Amino acid sequence: MSTSAQLLAAATDTGDGEAVTFWILGPVAVLAALGILFSRKAVHSALLLAATMLSLAVLYLAQDAPFLGVVQVVVYTGAVMMLFLFVLMLVGVDSSDSLVETLRGQRVAALVTAIGFGALLVFGIGDAVTANAGLKEANQDGNVQGLANLIFSRYVFAFEVTSALLIIAAMGAMVLAHRERHEAPETQRDRSLARFRPGAYGAPLPGPGVYARHNAVDTPALLPDGSPAQISLSPVLIARGDVRDVPGSGQDVAVRDEDDLV
Amino acid sequence: MNPMNYVYLSALLFSIGAAGVLLRRNAIVVFMCIELMLNATNLAFVTFARMKGNLDGQVIAFFVMVVAAAEVVVGLAIIVTIFRTRRSASVDGANLLKY
Repeated sequence: MSTSAQLLAAATDTGDGEAVTFWILGPVAVLAALGILFSRKAVHSALLLAATMLSLAVLYLAQDAPFLGVVQVVVYTGAVMMLFLFVLMLVGVDSSDSLVETLRGQRVAALVTAIGFGALLVFGIGDAVTANAGLKEANQDGNVQGLANLIFSRYVFAFEVTSALLIIAAMGAMVLAHRERHEAPETQRDRSLARFRPGAYGAPLPGPGVYARHNAVDTPALLPDGSPAQISLSPVLIARGDVRDVPGSGQDVAVRDEDDLV
Repeated sequence: MNPMNYVYLSALLFSIGAAGVLLRRNAIVVFMCIELMLNATNLAFVTFARMKGNLDGQVIAFFVMVVAAAEVVVGLAIIVTIFRTRRSASVDGANLLKY
């Protein structure tokens, strides 16, 4: 190895511990990201996104960015992911649509675009930067102090504008989520009439089946002819596909709509 | 290990996020993929800060996080509003402007 190559290797080398961290957490992040792409249920996507964000937080810590690592955990995996899960619960797990392509060839075109874009990034940036100055000097007074020096001097205007942005975003969210009530609220009489209008089910709904094998909220009751009673189950459980077969009846209880859970 | 590996990881995550935005049709999942792309750019910024030896990249990553938080709040509010009027969170549902 020539001297210049040795110098370059020394300049671009990171520690062994960091390499181990990277090669463990990098694949975790990539696999979790692929899981977001391919999992059918939005809740699974949310949890996998949290996994990706946590591994990125550790990678920030490994790269001399302790402040950003902590902020990543607090803001992203804490606040943002909780917001996502709240909205998922609000919108409902069964709120989605089929996997049918509406534009022909869109899926292939999207994959080709993404792969090409990734290749462009890797080969484009790959040769552009090779330095590894390290942050020892910049972090000598502490990472948080160094960031504060920059934020409150060179970037102070951007910082102030950010505060305005946050206030506007909060106001916008309130305006968007607010709903004006235009009609009078339903009275007990209205609800009672609606319950007994033709086509409605007037009696209390039957409870789910009770079996010795397990707690039976996810198992339908059986009608006198032995067929499962759909209305004895919560529609949420049917939508999630979390319904068990009736032991011994040999019939499928609810058709598992895998496709509408994307 | 060369620190460029972080940049490659970042490009990979960004591409996966872009594929998700193009492929998925549930608006919430599309939104998660946008978050993934923002996280990938943050990783690149942090890596560049380390390679260049100054903290500006980390400051920019910090600002990206702030903007992302604001964007999530507004975006999820829009999704909730769309869901309320259309009973669906599919990005194919909101196509009235087409007609």
